Amino acid sequence: MSLNGIKKVRVVIDGNEHLFPVGMTIFEAAESVGIEIPHYCYHPGLPIAGACRMCLVEIEKIPKLQISCYMTVGDGMVIRTNTERVKRARAAMLEFHLVNHPLDCPVCDQAGECGLQIYYMTHGLYISRLLENKVKKTKKAAQIGPHVMLDQERCILCSRCVRFCAEISKSHELGIFERGDYSELDIFPGKQLDNPYSGNVVDICPVGALTDRDFRFKTRVWYLEEAESVCPRCANGCNIYIHYNLKRPYKNDGRRISRLKPRYNSEVNDWWICDEGRYCFKFADNDDRLLEPLVRQDSRTARPGWEETLGRAAERLRATAAAAKVEVAVLVSPQASNEELHITKRIFNEQLPGCGFYFSALSPFEPTEDSLLRKKDKNPNTRGAELMGLSSDSAGVKSLAELKSAALAGKIGALFIAYHDPPGLPESENRGWAEAIERIPLIIYQGTNNTATSRSAHIVLPAATFAEREGTVTNSSSRVQIQRRAFSPAGEALPGWEIMRCLGEALGGVYRFENAEQVFDDMAQKYPAFAGLDYGKIGSSGIIVTSGK
Amino acid sequence: MGQVKLISRFFEIENSHLLPVYERHGGYSAARRVVTEKWPMEKIISTVKASNLRGLGGAGFPTGVKWGFVPRDQEGPKYLVVNADEAEPGTFKDRQVMLNAPHLLIEGIIIAALSFGAKEAFIYIRGEYFEPCLVLKQALKEAEEAGYLGHNIFGTSRSLEVTIHRGAGAYICGEETALLSSLEGFKGWPKLKPPFPALKGLFSKPTIINNVETLSYVPIVIDKGPEYFAGLGVERSGGARLFGISGHVKKPGVYELALGTPMRELIYEHAGGIRENRALKAVIPGGTSCPVLKAGEADISLDFDSLAKIGSMLGSGGVIVMDETTDLVRVLHRICRFYAHESCGQCTPCREGTGWMTRIMERIAAGEGRAKDLDNLVDIANMILGNTICPLGDAAAMPVASFITKFREEFEAKVKAKSVAVG
Repeated sequence: MSLNGIKKVRVVIDGNEHLFPVGMTIFEAAESVGIEIPHYCYHPGLPIAGACRMCLVEIEKIPKLQISCYMTVGDGMVIRTNTERVKRARAAMLEFHLVNHPLDCPVCDQAGECGLQIYYMTHGLYISRLLENKVKKTKKAAQIGPHVMLDQERCILCSRCVRFCAEISKSHELGIFERGDYSELDIFPGKQLDNPYSGNVVDICPVGALTDRDFRFKTRVWYLEEAESVCPRCANGCNIYIHYNLKRPYKNDGRRISRLKPRYNSEVNDWWICDEGRYCFKFADNDDRLLEPLVRQDSRTARPGWEETLGRAAERLRATAAAAKVEVAVLVSPQASNEELHITKRIFNEQLPGCGFYFSALSPFEPTEDSLLRKKDKNPNTRGAELMGLSSDSAGVKSLAELKSAALAGKIGALFIAYHDPPGLPESENRGWAEAIERIPLIIYQGTNNTATSRSAHIVLPAATFAEREGTVTNSSSRVQIQRRAFSPAGEALPGWEIMRCLGEALGGVYRFENAEQVFDDMAQKYPAFAGLDYGKIGSSGIIVTSGK
Repeated sequence: MGQVKLISRFFEIENSHLLPVYERHGGYSAARRVVTEKWPMEKIISTVKASNLRGLGGAGFPTGVKWGFVPRDQEGPKYLVVNADEAEPGTFKDRQVMLNAPHLLIEGIIIAALSFGAKEAFIYIRGEYFEPCLVLKQALKEAEEAGYLGHNIFGTSRSLEVTIHRGAGAYICGEETALLSSLEGFKGWPKLKPPFPALKGLFSKPTIINNVETLSYVPIVIDKGPEYFAGLGVERSGGARLFGISGHVKKPGVYELALGTPMRELIYEHAGGIRENRALKAVIPGGTSCPVLKAGEADISLDFDSLAKIGSMLGSGGVIVMDETTDLVRVLHRICRFYAHESCGQCTPCREGTGWMTRIMERIAAGEGRAKDLDNLVDIANMILGNTICPLGDAAAMPVASFITKFREEFEAKVKAKSVAVG
């Protein structure tokens, strides 16, 4: 039969009749009606291997059990996923997977999120009858690339990683060698697992065969909590989870973020993230975090707290604005969230009319790019700045080069600079900036970590990282997505929008925003691109605000 | 007497592998007729169907039916692949065919290719079959020079290229989809079905895979007529086949028998009976993957259906005879080792199960068996059975289940002897 032009078939699964589109696998069909079928080799983003045999189901009129990951639904099919026969087969397949798997869970980094452990509890629970020795494999704890460790004896040969390297990264580093139960997952001779997406093989490995060098032995996974976020490392805005540990603060040198994991979004990144994004989080817990507001005068550094610091900043900004021949410059960053960009623009326009806005998307990172995920623009919110008229293409907004010339010419009386560090840019971009910084009488720096600019700044405002605040960013496809707050900011740092709100009030305005959501609502009223947008409706996968560029 | 001389007559002719000798004995008349008389595909297929010829590699699928699965109207290449990767333990019949009657195989290839429009055929030959490969190469050269292969065969507009590819020693590459993977240049891993090779096979094109012996019977079927061939056998098992008999018989070798001949006749008449006139203990009827038979079952008729009825298979025609002195524990251990060594490792039950069963058998054979081992072995075998990608899992499971079930006392004695042996 046909509904909406898509041919559908009538299928009974576990006693209930459903309609499914032709060509759908039994696994997908079952999943779509809430029936979970155990599996190891199946992964929705990879070609079907049919190797693990965990997903066997019973189909009426077919004598053998069939793998549901491969078999497609047919009209009139009667499928059973929970009969004694199916359950026995699952337990049997699980037992086979464990024949040569070491019992090293206590020292295995995968413990707690291991497919073997989970299915043993749900589908196994038999008493071991294995008396035989296990096959000894070659490589244990072998580094096979910059990010990935291989433990062959833990591998269940599901071939997910092999298929990932063949079909997704298309780099073909991994293969299964030898035969029978001596089969080994390994790297091809002379190769390294060194592709821009290598970390994904750790995510898709259902066991502890491939582990993350960076994460290994840092924190047990059951201490981790997770927050939905968006990768801050480039303009693609890949969806991620921040996995953080607050329960055992003495682990991992007190670092709160343990790792980033991809979060499925079919419109943005599917199941994957790149390695640059995956390991970009270190700055949030580094020793060079800015932890309290600073005021520097005559080579002395004072820590007078937020109120006085912002009071001084406001006072000096006002004085500069009143002076002749010099400009108050605001260097806006595409690292900032939409809320922060909006409130920055609003407050400077309202409180210090005549100030000059500058914009730069330059970044210290290499402008890597490919057709899978990575974008040349290494900022998460350049598109957001564009939509708010704050990018270099916008009327009245000037470039970094123009800022430098103006500074060198002595025309910049005060610079409010957020997240940027022009002297820290690659050599081709940073020429002359050390001197330019010297020539600016007042530099107010807002950022997360210490940089050349923050060290030269007269006033330093410590800001929260993407993990420490709520906010939205707009990716290069104009998709507005939420970065949820995982935990509170380090030290006395505050979310960027809140620093701005306080500065606005110190400058004499009234800005009654209590949270990022309210700033977002204010922004949505202001810009046509965001008009009618409701923070509550952005959801986990974001909303496109305009048709692309 | 069930012995016939259809293929095996060439075993007795000197230099029968050479084209002039082969032609002197009526060779290439069938292929010439089919090609020059421009037999339509349907005629070739219906002739072979009528002969009841079934696949002789082991599975016994009706040959004509298989050829009929290839879509007629599909554009693009179609391939015929000859499975000459004979490696089932106890099987050595295709080797004899290729050594003695390579042109009979080539003739069969020509007719089969015409039956579904293949213009290219590949012979995937077992790597260890060095001499048969040389003979076959020589025969292909002769056939090409005579205009029977290549362009414009038999002076017609038809063409057929035949390429030999040598395997690298993996038993699994005799499984048809693993063979295709290997032929395509990949690791010899079986593929998921469907699609079946007839629709999507070699390089994703429609492909027919036939065993050497099967194809070698095709010219005979055409020459003598399908009724003659079918008449040799019993109801649904057409004609004859080559039985390779080995083990404890006085005259091991390859014998061609009409299907339906009693196994007892093969063992006691053609193969000369058991060595030193000992008593028969067990027979594997068609290569080690077929469930073993007890001596009392040796009267069985050698045809596909009769063996299936008693829970075994005619398989590849490799009959392995074991006399009363045979230690079946050691035999099963050896069989287990073979399948564990040859499991490709792709799917879990076969990869892990074959090795596990082997290690248990190793322990039992070493006198370290425990009472529960036997039930565990049968259970493991049943856990593999039917749950794997390809039939190798079943091939490994069936001997275990059948040996232990049928000769339980012998295995139990070995397991119980433990306390004595160790004590």
